[in-house]
Amino acid sequence: MSTTTVAHHDEHTDHPTGIMRWLTTTNHKDIGTMYLTFSLIMFLVGGSMILGIRAELFQPGLQLIKPDFFNQLIGVHALIMIFAALMPAATGFANWMLPLQIGAPDMALPRLNNWGFWLLPPSAILLTLPFTLALFGIGDGALATGWTFYPPLSIQGGIGVDFAIFAVHLLGISSVLGSINIIVTLFNMRAPGMTLMKMPMFAWGWLITAFLLIATIPVLAGAVTMLLTDRHFGTHFFDAAGGGDPIMFQHLFWFFGHPEVYILLLPVWGFIPQILQTFSRKPMYGYKAQVYSLWAIGAMSVVVWAHHFFTAGMPVPALLYFMYSTMAISLPLAVLFFCWIKTMWRGSMSFETPMLFTVGWIILFGIGGLTGLVLADVAADAQYHNSYFVVAHFHYTLFAGGIMGIMAGVYYWLPKMTGHMYNEKLGQLHFWLTAISFNLTFIPQFFLGLAGMPRRIPDYALQFAEFNMVSSISAFVLGLSQLIFVYNIISTVKGGQKATDQVWEGAEGLEWTLSSPPPYHSFTEQPIIK
Amino acid sequence: MLKQAMKKIGFGLLLLLTAPQVFAEIRWNFPEPVTPMALDTLHVHNKFMLIVAVIFVVVLAIMIYSLIKHRKSAGHQAVVDKAPSTATEIFWTLIPFVILLVIDFVIMGIPAYHSVVMMEDTKNESDMMIKITGSQWRWQYEYIGNTDKGNQNGLVDAKGIKFTSTLSTPQDQVNGTVPPVDDPKSPYLLDVDNRLVLPVGAKVRILMTSTDVLHNWWVPQFGSSRVAVPGFIRETWVQVDKAGTYRGQCKELCGKGHGYMPVVVDALPKAEYAAWVDLKQKEITAQAAGADKEWSKDELIAQGKAVYDKNCAVCHQVSGAGLPPAFPALTGSKIATSPIFDASGKYLPDSHLDRVLNGIRVMPAWKALLNDTEIAAVITYERNALGNSVGDVLQPAQVKAARQ
Repeated sequence: MSTTTVAHHDEHTDHPTGIMRWLTTTNHKDIGTMYLTFSLIMFLVGGSMILGIRAELFQPGLQLIKPDFFNQLIGVHALIMIFAALMPAATGFANWMLPLQIGAPDMALPRLNNWGFWLLPPSAILLTLPFTLALFGIGDGALATGWTFYPPLSIQGGIGVDFAIFAVHLLGISSVLGSINIIVTLFNMRAPGMTLMKMPMFAWGWLITAFLLIATIPVLAGAVTMLLTDRHFGTHFFDAAGGGDPIMFQHLFWFFGHPEVYILLLPVWGFIPQILQTFSRKPMYGYKAQVYSLWAIGAMSVVVWAHHFFTAGMPVPALLYFMYSTMAISLPLAVLFFCWIKTMWRGSMSFETPMLFTVGWIILFGIGGLTGLVLADVAADAQYHNSYFVVAHFHYTLFAGGIMGIMAGVYYWLPKMTGHMYNEKLGQLHFWLTAISFNLTFIPQFFLGLAGMPRRIPDYALQFAEFNMVSSISAFVLGLSQLIFVYNIISTVKGGQKATDQVWEGAEGLEWTLSSPPPYHSFTEQPIIK
Repeated sequence: MLKQAMKKIGFGLLLLLTAPQVFAEIRWNFPEPVTPMALDTLHVHNKFMLIVAVIFVVVLAIMIYSLIKHRKSAGHQAVVDKAPSTATEIFWTLIPFVILLVIDFVIMGIPAYHSVVMMEDTKNESDMMIKITGSQWRWQYEYIGNTDKGNQNGLVDAKGIKFTSTLSTPQDQVNGTVPPVDDPKSPYLLDVDNRLVLPVGAKVRILMTSTDVLHNWWVPQFGSSRVAVPGFIRETWVQVDKAGTYRGQCKELCGKGHGYMPVVVDALPKAEYAAWVDLKQKEITAQAAGADKEWSKDELIAQGKAVYDKNCAVCHQVSGAGLPPAFPALTGSKIATSPIFDASGKYLPDSHLDRVLNGIRVMPAWKALLNDTEIAAVITYERNALGNSVGDVLQPAQVKAARQ
């Protein structure tokens, strides 16, 4: 590729230090770090909530949590994990790595970037504040409708719903700002010679994600605003008595909600091939095929939304259309899987923690994808829908496919970001504990769903007891294992063995040409790509 | 606290390891199907699961082979891939794509098409119709009557039978004050006071709606599940081919009682079904007579307690203390202690009777769910028990009059 240009005046940059550095920064690396830190904190918050749920579900009978509080925890858990843990993690990587990967000095719109981040903490507070208010007798807690806000339940709900609506607005604005920034950066600030079809795959993943966000977030914002006016200003968008339709909300919500799944996954599909090529010591297979597949998946993701509510009632042609179009997504996805495995095939593989997470990711995300294919079938979906089968399925896609992918990225780039190697033994221990306890948590839930246990119930019939117990115990192991992750990150930030510039033997790409950690301002002169 | 939790976990593990009969109950697949739709769903499910399992195992095997063979520590050198360029190479690369295309749209797609068409065909060949109304948190069943085909088949017409079906697990078990009791006759959280009764072998067209929020009527062994949408009618159908008792649950989050609105269906052979219809119709006649007679205060309070515990205690609590702020207390409540009727004998707006009949916000409109006697009884109970002592009596006849 090319050579680095590290400006030597970097040693005495004129940014404020201490807390003011973090409050006022417009530097892409600082903002990236804040996104990632925020994401990690919210991951632990969302995780603790669900451990409360799993403790309640440990055995039949109501022991710890009242049903209304139970309903609040499940919805807020999902909103936090999706909007405050997974999305900020992907944006954090984008901020850190995209400028480095395309040889740009910073993001194109640094102040917008700052604003995008600082919208997140207030929205996290809005999401969780109702819990605290309820302790003081104000309102009756957070939204208790699940993360999907379905009316009329959400119209009936208390102030928690309003708080969540405003939180979603803020999170949406933050995502759209971030997306605009990424699109502008990728289109205008690539190093000379880096054509679009030479962009790193992570940049491709994010470019499509950004377009999806801009296309769908406004629809979500519109839907929840309609909900707000239904609640307080006498409109009847979702009320049959006034000529509205509750199911219309589901259409609007999932027009956002299904692409959202790909919004969470596309950035991961971007850097997974990069990790694979690094540890297989061999360039990724089928770059073009992967780029076209990402585009195909992005385009198809906005036309399949209704498979999330087949049982709500639809005409037969609509059912058939949404079934077949959903199945069709398996085709480009299969191309991606093929390319990932072909990248490993006849490589020279080694299994450091990032590679372990990546291989585990391919297998577990594969389970998520294949069960998704089965779920597309309308007839069988009548049974799977809203049962624990679905819960298990989307945790395979979003925990394994999302969060475990992010973890692979963290271990992969942490030495570059901090300049220190993480503790490899602890990293591997973290992987094995996570992978095993994850499966033991969610495989039983597939069987619970088949046996007929609906999701979102605070208590269950005795025939579901054994699987729930296994699932709960494993969930606690899974939750506690993440403390190893947190410890490993903190100790790597503080110190540890020095990382080389290339960090990994097989690593290729502009970010690996910089020092570890990279200088505060990098690529002030852009490299030339041949 | 921690010690207790550890004890529970330890006990749980012990239970898992030492009780083989526990494993006997575990289900690994759908429960036994008893309708054509459930049977079809099971076949579809088994076939698709087999296909995806084969795909998974084959891909995993290739991957694991590579993970073992192509390791750096095993001395494997990376080779340089080249893109398929010749026609033969492109052909072989496209093979997996074509296989998937065939699986998606032929092997899986064609049976799926037939299943969907069958599922949605609610009208043809149906013998009778019922209407199911979901409410927070109970089901209401109404027999609309037979179709011509049902009459030809000699099915007794249950037209006019209408009742509400509510969880019958004792409240102290539901609240968690006592542990769940393992009673096979009345399984924990899966039993109701009034079961839906259907004739074996008849195709029953089900119209579904709701009075408040979304619900979903689901019996796993029937394979049908449909959302009940307030203000709209949705349809599905069942044809239970085997006599027995079948249990299910509401499957759409509908508030804090979501886990507590089970579905229980008794499928009876035609003769027994006819006897049940006869019995029910006699009950209706008796009830209509009951609404016109004068009830004593004690009678009303006694029946009122039963109605209250079943329908009202979920929110307002058995003691009447409520769960403020969402669910106000009835003890000492203004509504439950102020007069019901004005001087001319018309019931006042925002009076006790108005609130029970018509509801407000989360409070359901009970006029659709309870009969005159039940409403009179529960109001009399609330005014003369739960720490209240207003002293008046509301007669079923007055409720009947108020409905007009």
